[in-house]
Amino acid sequence: MSLAPTLSLAAAPHGSLAAAPHGFLSPTGVEIAFLLVGLVTFGAALITVTTRQLVHAALWLVVALGGLAVEYLLLTAEFIAWVQVLIYVGSVVVLLLFGLMLTRAPIGRSPDADSDNRWVALAVATAAAVALVWVVTNAFRTTWIDLTGPAAGTTRVTGASLFRYWVLPFEALSVLLLAALVGAIVLSRKAKAKAKADADGDGDAGDEPAARTPAPVPAQKDGAR
Amino acid sequence: MHLVYPAVLSALLFCTGLYGVLARRNAILVLMSVELMLNAVNLNLVAFDVWLSRAARDTLHSGQALTLFTITVAAAEIGIGLAIVLAVYRNRGTSDIDKLRDTAEGRGDAEPGAVAAQKTEATA
Amino acid sequence: MTTTTLAVLVPLLPFLGAAAGLLLGRSAPGFVRPLAVLPPLAALVLAALVAVRQGGGPALDAHTELTPTGSVPVELALHIDGFAALVAILVAFVATCVQIYSTGYLRDDPRYPSYAALVSLFTSAMLLVVYSGDLIVLLVGWEVMGICSYFLVGHYWETPEARAASLKAFLVTKLGDVPFLIGLFALATDAGSFRITRVLGTVASGGLHHPTLVALLLLAGVAGKSAQFPLHTWLPDAMAGPTPVSALIHAATMVAAGVYFVARLLPVFEASGAAMLVLAVMAAVTMTGSGLAALAQDDIKRVLAYSTIGQLGYMTGALAVGDRGAAVFHLLSHGAFKALLFLAAGVIIHAAGTNSLAAMSRMRGLRERVPDAYWTMTVALLALAAIPPFSGFFSKESVLGAAEHAAHGDTAQVPGAAGWLVLVAGLLTAVLTAAYATRLWLLAFHGRGAEAPDHGRQPLTMTAVLWVLAVPSLAFGGLAYRALPGWFDGASLTPTLLTSILGTGLAVAGGLLTYGVWQRTTRSLVSPPLGAVAAHPEGDAGRVEAEAIASHTPAYGDIAYAPDPADPGRALLGPLHRHAAVGFHLDAVYTALFVRPVLAAASLVRFLDREVVDTYVGAAGALPRLLGAAVRRAQTGNVQTYVSALLAGTVVLAVAVVLVATGA
Repeated sequence: MSLAPTLSLAAAPHGSLAAAPHGFLSPTGVEIAFLLVGLVTFGAALITVTTRQLVHAALWLVVALGGLAVEYLLLTAEFIAWVQVLIYVGSVVVLLLFGLMLTRAPIGRSPDADSDNRWVALAVATAAAVALVWVVTNAFRTTWIDLTGPAAGTTRVTGASLFRYWVLPFEALSVLLLAALVGAIVLSRKAKAKAKADADGDGDAGDEPAARTPAPVPAQKDGAR
Repeated sequence: MHLVYPAVLSALLFCTGLYGVLARRNAILVLMSVELMLNAVNLNLVAFDVWLSRAARDTLHSGQALTLFTITVAAAEIGIGLAIVLAVYRNRGTSDIDKLRDTAEGRGDAEPGAVAAQKTEATA
Repeated sequence: MTTTTLAVLVPLLPFLGAAAGLLLGRSAPGFVRPLAVLPPLAALVLAALVAVRQGGGPALDAHTELTPTGSVPVELALHIDGFAALVAILVAFVATCVQIYSTGYLRDDPRYPSYAALVSLFTSAMLLVVYSGDLIVLLVGWEVMGICSYFLVGHYWETPEARAASLKAFLVTKLGDVPFLIGLFALATDAGSFRITRVLGTVASGGLHHPTLVALLLLAGVAGKSAQFPLHTWLPDAMAGPTPVSALIHAATMVAAGVYFVARLLPVFEASGAAMLVLAVMAAVTMTGSGLAALAQDDIKRVLAYSTIGQLGYMTGALAVGDRGAAVFHLLSHGAFKALLFLAAGVIIHAAGTNSLAAMSRMRGLRERVPDAYWTMTVALLALAAIPPFSGFFSKESVLGAAEHAAHGDTAQVPGAAGWLVLVAGLLTAVLTAAYATRLWLLAFHGRGAEAPDHGRQPLTMTAVLWVLAVPSLAFGGLAYRALPGWFDGASLTPTLLTSILGTGLAVAGGLLTYGVWQRTTRSLVSPPLGAVAAHPEGDAGRVEAEAIASHTPAYGDIAYAPDPADPGRALLGPLHRHAAVGFHLDAVYTALFVRPVLAAASLVRFLDREVVDTYVGAAGALPRLLGAAVRRAQTGNVQTYVSALLAGTVVLAVAVVLVATGA
């Protein structure tokens, strides 16, 4: 959990960081928009983790991730917002849908989508939420983001900082992606060999196409980058 | 904009994802919930980056750079994760997490004879 | 070489021979027989040299301390006086004879190498006991003899009799050894040294605090080793071992050790009149009881075993009347003729194919089959019955003479009652001895019935040894009784007229009585056919004997007894015969007194261990197992449960950290 760094930041004196005169109960238009979109996002996320229709969960995830992209835009981070739309909405969710289909997830309502662990999970999640919200509100009660002036996350700014200061991690990340690519291939090849053995054994060739699908996944990611 | 809005939204999203990870039965739904958690963190990163770059505390845009990295890593993770889920599904015929209990005490191998033997050993 | 070096080599050579025999027994079978015979022979030569150099003069003392051993030092000490020198010669002589005899007797035995090595070790231990001047070193030899007797008696361990006999011999002698050890410690504590010379010096100056206690403790060990009543029961059963081993145990080693030990430490016993009286009672009971028992035995070797007990009774009787010269004199002559008796009995058993006198009495011509055994055994039996001029006569008369002196009160430290007791018992035993010797001779060599089986010629190694041993049996006593006092304490060993006439007359009367009864029983009663003969003309004597021992109980119903109405012993003893055959039920008494309680205690301990102690142990294991089973239920294998617990813990920790950090 990312509580500890948040806390250390919160412990820092932030009076100087806060822009001076903001009415606590006088929301601006951006704030109202953020709040509304945030509500939609949170609702979509809740439906994602509670719905009994598995495919619907993926679709509600699209709504939640799209809402987050809008929030990025509202925070003036436009490049991140487009990347979010491209990668998450465009490919990750598609991949997840593929995965659902390949594992023959039931279409329609499945009564056992949640495990017996749900009440424990609910308790833990609620406790975590209460604790986080309490800490965050206490820490940043008097902190405002100044959204006036030039945008903080335009493509130019982001690109400049990324290729000026973050080139090395960026390249290292490409190595990580390569490793993920190789790993996905290895995993699916093993699966393929096993599927072949199974097919030889009992003549069941139904799983054959499923074995191939994970392979293009990292390739798509690479292209998206 | 008040910083509490994105921060609280991020916390709520995170806990929603947390609930999904803990409560969902299907492994792919668990992966979705993991994505939710990652996105909550991303929102945090972006919000704080905007705040700190405006306050001239941070000129490197480290928050946004980290967000990009997180997105990339998440994409790689989802690829590997799906490959694993598919492999498991092929081997076990299911992708339900709570049916993958190989590490359970006394259920190491699903043969009823062995289970019975271990039970008698346990009661002996 | 100095006399000391020679004396050290005497026990060392057989020991090295034994070690070499054990090491080379399998790899180099050709060396086994030389390694068996030569070391005792060399020891005999060296012992004779030592004796010549010592010459009955003042005792030779030498000692060295290997390492400090605490408050009471233990030293490697030699103490060679006339007794030690002569007894060592006897030991080495008999051991050499036995080893030579064994090469023929156990010709084909696969375990001969270990057997020969153990006999050598046995000899070495006895020589150590004889020469040692330190009580702890003596004890080492004493205990090594115990374990060697265990192995040798159990040589035919395939038969249950031999296994039981070896265990019995070991346990009964150990029963005596425990008090013996305590007695040695008590003695050494009083004397401040384990050296025999110092101990005797302490006794002479009256420094012994509890002489009676010490003497009685030591006496227990002596009774165990020397097979005196009430610890004699192992000796007849030890006949389950090979005959040469019996000869060795009975003639020169083991049983002689006890008598020799008392002879060495006689002043300790003389310091307590009560101990002397106990010794006398022990000797008297042993003598007469064993004489009666010997008359009823059917196994030829058991007759000889009981005769050994009786002759040892004579020796302890001589010690009880304070004459160790007579005791060791009888030890020497008895060693010669008893070795001869046993070795000749081995030849007879081989020739007859049985060890049963009842079976032998139904055989014709056993005399002609083994003339060497016949003649030498006749000599030995005459010596045993103390007929002049055989050696047994002189030694036994010296014992009776000493008893007579003591009875008259001529010996200072000895109660007169002890003298009378030994004298009367000795005379009574003379009758019994002559009777059973005659019975043995008549039954073994004058049987009537079928022709004796032909087992071929006896090996030369066996018959030659008999003649070698016949010489001292015949002549030792007559030649030595004048010379020996110079080696010993100086007391005269010449027979006195009264006891000589009494003893010889009683012996002749006993022999004639037995002959008469035998004549009558064999004429009047028709001998029913009886007996089982193990005929193995091609087998060696040891194999024949093992089969004879194993077949005795199935054939007759008991190891010591045969239902033979023509037995003169049955007529002589009358109603006593049944009881005498089983050693006057002493084994049954021991079974009731010791064996059953010990077994009951063992089963009780077993019950306590299994049912009580194990309950605690089992509970100690079951409780954690139960707890483990409870904890194990948490391990459901469901990853989500694990992660839930993990995250719940994380939340709790995080909240705690926040609270602490904000000072709430």
